[in-house]
Amino acid sequence: MSGKPLIELIDVWKYRHLESGTVPTLQQISASVENGSLITLVGPSGAGKSTLLWLLNRLEDPDRGEIRLRGRSIKEIDVLGLRREVGLVLQQPVMLPGTVKDNILYGPRLKGAGEREVDAAQLLSDVGLSPSLLDRDAGKLSGGQRQRVALARTLANRPRVLLLDEVTSSLDPQSTARIENLIIRLNREKNITVLWVTHNLKQALRVGREAWILVDGKLVEAGTLPGVFLHPQNALAGAYISGKLEGVEEH
Amino acid sequence: MSTTALLMTYSFVVLAMMLSTWQRLGLERDLVVGTLRATVQLLAVGYVLQLVFNLKDWPFMVLMIGVMTVVAAYNASRRGRELPAIFIKVLVAIGAAEIMALGLTLGLGIVEPTPQFVIPLSGMFIGNAMVASSLLLNSLRREIISHRAEIIVALSLGATARQAVSESLRRAVRASSIPIVDGLKTVGLVQLPGMMTGLIIGGASPIDAVRYQLLIMFALAAVMAFTSIILSFLVYPALFTPAHQLIER
Ligand SMILES: Nc1ncnc2c1ncn2[C@@H]1O[C@H](COP(=O)(O)OP(=O)(O)O)[C@@H](O)[C@H]1O
Ligand SMILES: [Mg+2]
Repeated sequence: MSGKPLIELIDVWKYRHLESGTVPTLQQISASVENGSLITLVGPSGAGKSTLLWLLNRLEDPDRGEIRLRGRSIKEIDVLGLRREVGLVLQQPVMLPGTVKDNILYGPRLKGAGEREVDAAQLLSDVGLSPSLLDRDAGKLSGGQRQRVALARTLANRPRVLLLDEVTSSLDPQSTARIENLIIRLNREKNITVLWVTHNLKQALRVGREAWILVDGKLVEAGTLPGVFLHPQNALAGAYISGKLEGVEEH
Repeated sequence: MSTTALLMTYSFVVLAMMLSTWQRLGLERDLVVGTLRATVQLLAVGYVLQLVFNLKDWPFMVLMIGVMTVVAAYNASRRGRELPAIFIKVLVAIGAAEIMALGLTLGLGIVEPTPQFVIPLSGMFIGNAMVASSLLLNSLRREIISHRAEIIVALSLGATARQAVSESLRRAVRASSIPIVDGLKTVGLVQLPGMMTGLIIGGASPIDAVRYQLLIMFALAAVMAFTSIILSFLVYPALFTPAHQLIER
């Protein structure tokens, strides 16, 4: 696979239709993701980070432009297989009806696989939860527990690319560290490519080798960490970074 | 019933209008319109039925059932105007339910294939299929809106559109079947069904009336379940793109 990027975004545009009119939420996004990389996506809220992940999982399609996986337009790939291979953990950790185990095995069961093929207890402890939760009603979990079950649920599909949307936003520092280590390990040991949306720049610095900065639907900066945070070339990126770092220091 | 007696029934309407005026409910206009429409529609139906019964002709019967089905489908499909080709889908669901119910009642020899039985029974089957369709379209819309996030999660994990909405479809069908199930549980205890009341007043023995009522109730339960299940399967694909993406509305 040398030379060819795993994922390519070619002049991608996405519009939203609001009562006030049609507004672009992603504009002219061109970028590529090398196989095995771990990229963090940062930017102000409303910048279009979640929308970008939705497009990569094909929950929606771009209005203009093209997304390629291994050189093929993702529109030409079987969408059900694509969504398993390019797994998404949504920003809202919504639970499906049933138990924690039902949630974790949801993806495998769609393929006729079950407890024999997928170790739900192991996945649960990987994300820092006790396997005793397996038979608990998923609707009764706390926000932090849901967030981790949602991650385990996506991992159960054994994705090759992992799209994470602020997956530690309701977790305490200890649980956050555990998730960060898990993802870094999956990236290093299983060569899973990771795109990680976070609003926490310190987290981006801890986990990422590269960062993309999204502002107002535009990819204003992309480069290696920490350089891209320390010396952003783009004024919008610079303003975002310095504002964010000030905010961090205030707390 | 004599014409004089029929005219006297309008005193109920007058009473209702007096109450409405007294309590400033503002229902007078609706009462007048409703009363006029009920009178004209039912009298017209009565004369048409008399005509069809006298003709004892299959083509007329089929034509009448066809008209009833189209009117019912038109009415119910207004509940889902935003959905593509909804009229045709409701028409198919109601038509299928009517064919199923009438086929069973006639095929099993439960009633005779004469207009006297076929037309009123069809009226009830189609009317209830229409109610079931409206209820289903409403409850399906509610389900999709309130469980949107779950549907998206299921899709993101590789579910097909059908797998992702199956829970919502089930809940919508269940919700739209509640009225008839509740009806089955309380029938005879809370109120005598209209048809039974009519038969008894018309001179049938209460036992005969009960037998027909049971037939009707069971057939209607089947009709409602059948209509909402068929309609749910006809409607859900329009909520998704061919790439299993939930369409925003
Ligand atoms: N379902 C939606 N309907 C309408 N507007 C939306 C929807 N989802 C997102 N948006 C808008 O699109 C823009 C980008 O949103 P999003 O991708 O969620 O940003 P981020 O994840 O960076 O906070 C925002 O302006 C948001 O209000
Ligand atoms: Mg977001």
